[in-house]
Amino acid sequence: MSEENEHGVGPHPSATAEPLLKLRGIDKHFGAVQALYHVDLDLPAGQVTGLCGDNGAGKSVLTRCIAGVHQPDRGQIYFEGRPVHIRQARDAAALGIETVYQDLALADNLDIVQNMFLGRERTHYQMLDEDSMERSAGETLAGLRVTSVRSIRQPVGSLSGGQRQSVAVAKAVMWNSKVVLLDEPTAALGVVQTRMVLDLVRRLRDHGLAVMVISHNLNDVFEVADRLAILHLGRMVAEAPAASFDRQSVVEYMTTGVSGGRPDPSYTPLEQPAEAAAETEA
Amino acid sequence: MTLTQGTLEPVAPGEAAPDVDLTAAAGVAEVPPEILAQSLGEYFRAYWQKLKGGDSGLLPVLVAMVIVAIAFELITPENAFLRPSNLVYIFELSTVYMVLSMGEIVVLLLGELDLSIGAVALMGGVIAYKLIQTPSPNFPWWAAILVSLLCCGVIGGLQGILVARVRIPAFVVTLGGFLFFTGMIVILLGGADTSLGLDPTNPNQAVLYNLEQGNINVVVSWVATGVVVVILGSITWFRAASRRRSGLVAPPASLAAIRIALMAAAAVAVLAICTVNRGGVFATIQGLPWVIPVVLGILGFWTLLLQQTRYGRYVYAIGGNPEAARRAGVSLPWIRTWSFALCSATAGFAGILLGSFYYGQYSSNVGDPGQLVLYSVAAAVIGGTSLFGGRGKAIHGVLGGLLIGAIAYGVSLMNLGTLSIPLEYILPGAVLLLAVLVDVLSRRGARTGKDAARV
Repeated sequence: MSEENEHGVGPHPSATAEPLLKLRGIDKHFGAVQALYHVDLDLPAGQVTGLCGDNGAGKSVLTRCIAGVHQPDRGQIYFEGRPVHIRQARDAAALGIETVYQDLALADNLDIVQNMFLGRERTHYQMLDEDSMERSAGETLAGLRVTSVRSIRQPVGSLSGGQRQSVAVAKAVMWNSKVVLLDEPTAALGVVQTRMVLDLVRRLRDHGLAVMVISHNLNDVFEVADRLAILHLGRMVAEAPAASFDRQSVVEYMTTGVSGGRPDPSYTPLEQPAEAAAETEA
Repeated sequence: MTLTQGTLEPVAPGEAAPDVDLTAAAGVAEVPPEILAQSLGEYFRAYWQKLKGGDSGLLPVLVAMVIVAIAFELITPENAFLRPSNLVYIFELSTVYMVLSMGEIVVLLLGELDLSIGAVALMGGVIAYKLIQTPSPNFPWWAAILVSLLCCGVIGGLQGILVARVRIPAFVVTLGGFLFFTGMIVILLGGADTSLGLDPTNPNQAVLYNLEQGNINVVVSWVATGVVVVILGSITWFRAASRRRSGLVAPPASLAAIRIALMAAAAVAVLAICTVNRGGVFATIQGLPWVIPVVLGILGFWTLLLQQTRYGRYVYAIGGNPEAARRAGVSLPWIRTWSFALCSATAGFAGILLGSFYYGQYSSNVGDPGQLVLYSVAAAVIGGTSLFGGRGKAIHGVLGGLLIGAIAYGVSLMNLGTLSIPLEYILPGAVLLLAVLVDVLSRRGARTGKDAARV
């Protein structure tokens, strides 16, 4: 990870080079339902990619394919340019891909340090090495400016929604992670808390991580994303720098798959699902 | 393991964003006071906040103990309750409930319930007493205990597999186990009326007999207690000091000192009670019963296992949020199965203690398995362990067990005639309900407080 240290604020210089994570032609179906059709997606380092789409567009399935929860039926994932197979969550973690799920997966009764190290505790002669874990967790939180050393030992249940989200994000970036997927990070948060989390997302980008934010909330997406990728009924209908979209066009892409009456160049008209399924089977 | 600290260096000051300040956290009620406190005054203020928030820790059980002690002292005939002989008897009786309860707590922490614990305890006792009988099989005492605990562990493990892998609710599995093993005890004993006895003059059998009945020499008990208190005290003191030095979260020095002083005071009080001659004019009976250090050893084992190992951390995590534990790579079936196994093995030891408490005579009526379950759950919950998983400590079982033992014995002292047996069920039952009520209300209080505070 040391190569990212040299880069300071702003979009990562390598952003224009090979994307850190690259998906090509991802198909995924569940029974007769085709969830993803030939999806391509790039996640460059040092940039925030916003993944938009209406309910059922396939955002979660795509995320889970990257996270190793689902396996694509077809298509290839490239990590740092080399093809990889992510068969389970552990493979994703080994590559440095961490996912912050919507429901956070924090244990309320454990404190911040315990949650951040859950499943990867450091031990010393089989006994938990609390001091070392507390120090590292404190440093990570300080690096993200999510901090107050005095209360790092408080149970997560006593934190507010935004603070919990911050802890979940900090937990994700602790492990040499290079790609962080955030599933609806601002859902159910108030204005102040949302601001706090979006600032945190920017800091991840500034540290050179490839960040993907999945969100319904266009305000948040436009505020934080450098690039946008829009899914419509399992197809990637648009993927471009955020500046090339306006709110209107994003809504049109999300609801109809086209914008301004002209389809995206990469977009092919939608077949009947049954035909499409048959086509992919062939 | 290299962490990403390198990549997480603070960003340039130009792009100043508001820091996320965790001290502004809303739910003060749930934050352990020693975490936020820098001085003793702050600690007590934070502790008061926590009490008001409904999370009261050990305070209710300690207060309840004082109330029970005073009440029974006033209403028992001849005000006999607080005589040293009676207090030591309560200690000895309670140890059975303490050990049972410590086993039950690990299952409660997972958010499960083990109803078979009483029957399994009696199984453990019967097995150990069978194995140590002369002339055969005449196992050495340690082998008898070991085999008995192993058998109980296997029983618990099998129930755990049914719960964890087959996903049958623990309630049903252990209810079945409760009935099954209640019957098995009679078969093992060889009839409902048979009893197994220990001969205290046989040095091998005397070890089991003396678990509850034997006392440690007065001088030795004072010296040993002194050594233990000094060791534990200095560990507490120096650990806190070293954590403070390296800037980690630690209680203020004065608080550490108070804790050590309280621990020493409790030890001295127990020893002072135990070293009074309680045998009367004809025989001298004095000294610390062996069972007390043994139970403290089990407390130490469980505390270490739950607080200082990965296994313990995962038990808490599963109790708090099983999904979080699963995503963190914790094998839920594995931890659950082991917890049921360890719970039952601990219960088996309680069964061995129970036989010794009844002067080494084991029969099918030394204990009522249903009552033992009720008492063990009651002791855990009264001590402060939550029925809903994720909150609790081994010490809760010890304090709750002592309270249950005090109530049970206090009732039997009162010469109530026909009422005394029913009251031994009614009073602990009522106390259990009260404790669960407090548990439920405090959780609800904490949750509404938190929701209200969330932006």
